[in-house]
Amino acid sequence: MIHKFIFDGVRLVLDVNSGALHLVDRVVWNLLEEYPGLQREELVARYADVYSRQEVAGAIEEIEQLVHQGLLFAGDPLGGSWEPPGHRIVKALCLHLAHICNLKCSYCFAGQGSFGEPAGLMPLAVGQQAIDFLLTASGPRRHVEVDFFGGEPLLNFSILEHLVSYGREKASLLGKEIKYTVTTNAVQLNDRIGDYLDDNRISVILSLDGRREVHDRLRVFPGGRGSYEIVANNISRFLDSHPKVDYYLRGTFTRYNLDFASDVLHMVDLGFPRVSVEPVVAFEGEDYALREEDLPLVYAEYEHLTRELLARSRRGQQVDFYHFNIDMEEGACLPKRLSGCGAGYEYLAVTYKGDLYPCHQFVGRPEYRMGDVYKGIVRDDLRDLFRHAHVYSKEGCSACWARFYCSGGCHANAHAFNGSIHKPYQLACRLMRKRLECALYLQAWRTLEGGW
Amino acid sequence: MGKHIKTVAKPYLQAMVDGRGCGECQTSCQSACKTSITVSNQVCLKKQEVKKPARS
Repeated sequence: MIHKFIFDGVRLVLDVNSGALHLVDRVVWNLLEEYPGLQREELVARYADVYSRQEVAGAIEEIEQLVHQGLLFAGDPLGGSWEPPGHRIVKALCLHLAHICNLKCSYCFAGQGSFGEPAGLMPLAVGQQAIDFLLTASGPRRHVEVDFFGGEPLLNFSILEHLVSYGREKASLLGKEIKYTVTTNAVQLNDRIGDYLDDNRISVILSLDGRREVHDRLRVFPGGRGSYEIVANNISRFLDSHPKVDYYLRGTFTRYNLDFASDVLHMVDLGFPRVSVEPVVAFEGEDYALREEDLPLVYAEYEHLTRELLARSRRGQQVDFYHFNIDMEEGACLPKRLSGCGAGYEYLAVTYKGDLYPCHQFVGRPEYRMGDVYKGIVRDDLRDLFRHAHVYSKEGCSACWARFYCSGGCHANAHAFNGSIHKPYQLACRLMRKRLECALYLQAWRTLEGGW
Repeated sequence: MGKHIKTVAKPYLQAMVDGRGCGECQTSCQSACKTSITVSNQVCLKKQEVKKPARS
């Protein structure tokens, strides 16, 4: 399978099964419409009025060389099926330190932090038990991960501090290493907390939606006041005083800001070039939800952003827009590409009470409660269900050119929109494919121009 | 590089099977509510460790 696309006159061909990316001229572009269905002489005859015999023969020769090398029309690397490893390893936890939030964002998937359950903070004992569970359940894996999440995790900061120390100590005894991340709205991000996060090498995901008016429309305090002023100031102070901290600014775009490239560039222009801005996931009926009819505008905006980032790169300004980053040569291995996030078997969410769910998005859906940090996973049926939800088993993925880059998409979105983790959410698929084309286009230029 | 085709990347996914899948790489959330939507922007941890400059 191949995927051909044109971006600003540049013709690119992705060979899906090998992952090879080719820049082609008009002759090859046309020939690939009918190759390999037509043989050499048929193609020469077919294009006799347009190209010389020599031109067509030369192009076919190059195509056939790549076919021979396994870089064009390569066969499926696993023959179209895959049985994931049967181990029972859990390597990452999303630890819900707080089912409460100091903001009341309109589009929050977590019910303004409580996940539809009574609000609460994770006690130390539950957090410690969660870490013990992770260190045991990770078996031979050396690198494990804990993401402090919520609600707003900084509302339970003292427990976060205790758990980081506790985890590091326990992990080192076992020869393991815990990578910590915190995802925060930055409202409480003061100097003390900032120093602590940097000193302890905790990766930080900071929520900012972009321009003031965009951010303030949806990311509001309970009284309705916008949070941009406080959040942007806190983020600026934090990042200015900790230039080496591992961070991303992450925002959400909605139907209200289909010109979201301006929000990405706003954050870059604030001096923070590591940005992720993602499409809102919302049901029809919500005013801010993306609709099918918005897609042409969204696509055009991704293209606009691509051109802008290309121009800035050529001027020497490095912008790290998360969704256009792609590592073609040294990226994730194939097993990783097939299984993606590993939710429900390698990655679990832990509520403040210690309940286990496949991931943070399933919290509050009781039928997906998998166990708790004391007893471990008691729903092996769910573990197996998630383990077997991958590119080769999800509906439509086998026919999709993007399958080795998106891993079949988000299970939770598939379940929320289609009632099954095996039926991907199509709107997200379409956006993913567009982003990938932009990423591949940038990658092609980066290579051709010798890196930036 | 040919006259008609320039190959700009050849990761050769078929070679990314045997001996791979060690599971040591970072988890990649596929949802839009966290900053990890795809595996395409991930690197193999082993290769990352080789390339990553030391943090002072």
